[in-house]
Amino acid sequence: MIDALNGTWPWYIAGPLITVVLFLLLYWGKTFGVSGNYRTMCSMLGAGKSNKFFDFDWKSEKWNLVFILGAMIGGWIAHEFLPSGQIPISEATVADLQAIGVSVGQEMVPMDIFDVNQLFTLKTIVFVVVGGFLVGFGTRWAGGCTSGHAITGLSNLQLPSLIAVIGFFIGGLLVTHLLLPYLVAL
Amino acid sequence: MKLIKYLLLGIFFGIVLTKSEVISWYRIQEMFRFQSFHMYGIIGSAVVLGAVVVQIIKRTGMKDTMGESIDLPPKDKVFWRYILGGSIFGMGWALTGACPGPTFALVGNGYWLFLLVIAFGVLGTYFYGVIKDKLPH
Repeated sequence: MIDALNGTWPWYIAGPLITVVLFLLLYWGKTFGVSGNYRTMCSMLGAGKSNKFFDFDWKSEKWNLVFILGAMIGGWIAHEFLPSGQIPISEATVADLQAIGVSVGQEMVPMDIFDVNQLFTLKTIVFVVVGGFLVGFGTRWAGGCTSGHAITGLSNLQLPSLIAVIGFFIGGLLVTHLLLPYLVAL
Repeated sequence: MKLIKYLLLGIFFGIVLTKSEVISWYRIQEMFRFQSFHMYGIIGSAVVLGAVVVQIIKRTGMKDTMGESIDLPPKDKVFWRYILGGSIFGMGWALTGACPGPTFALVGNGYWLFLLVIAFGVLGTYFYGVIKDKLPH
């Protein structure tokens, strides 16, 4: 039984399970959206004193902070008890990445970029520091991330969310196809 | 104690993100290179089923556990914030290989540098709050 849970969960299992998350949060009177936690953290750290955008009762968002704490614990549980082994990445992607010097191994992320020991290299600063900053800045400007726009907004057939998702792809395609070969060589 | 159900649902979410490899930088590369159906299948099936769920909620007037009617907050009908903010977010998504949900699940998987991704995500959010009145929306 437990063996069936190892390895990659197929898309037609994972997608509907994410809909379960969407539904339960709605049923509990909340809305699915992870990036709101970044704003809540700003407020917790006192940003509301100097800036109206962060001046709200962050305690009303405690449920969402607890939710992402759970996501962290879930990541640990899956890592410890449901090992994946080799991730079946498409051969075309493996070839493309190897051609620009990115290794593909057993890990979820390329360790030549995301290893803690690489912390002070220029390459890692670009991917981690700049990348993280763009995620936080862009998602708030757009008013949501994958969970808020791509999942919740599209499920509600909202045009703004479709525009946001098109934006996600403009930015992602630009970095992947034009910038990545130079950035991984830093 | 009312919060425990959110913790359990979060654990479930973290397991799903990890086991379907949504948290993998390589899966995001596959997606942006159009070389695998995996990510499109996950997001697509979540949205199609989600749209059915939302329609059922609306048409039956389903109430939440507090007895309130379930409403999805509408988004402002504007353009620039979605296309420009979305594009910036997309650049960050391709670099880190992670949107906000996976950043937390990756930390749980022991990829500690994603604590720094989260920290700079929070800083980027703060920066938006500071300059937002100067940005087109």
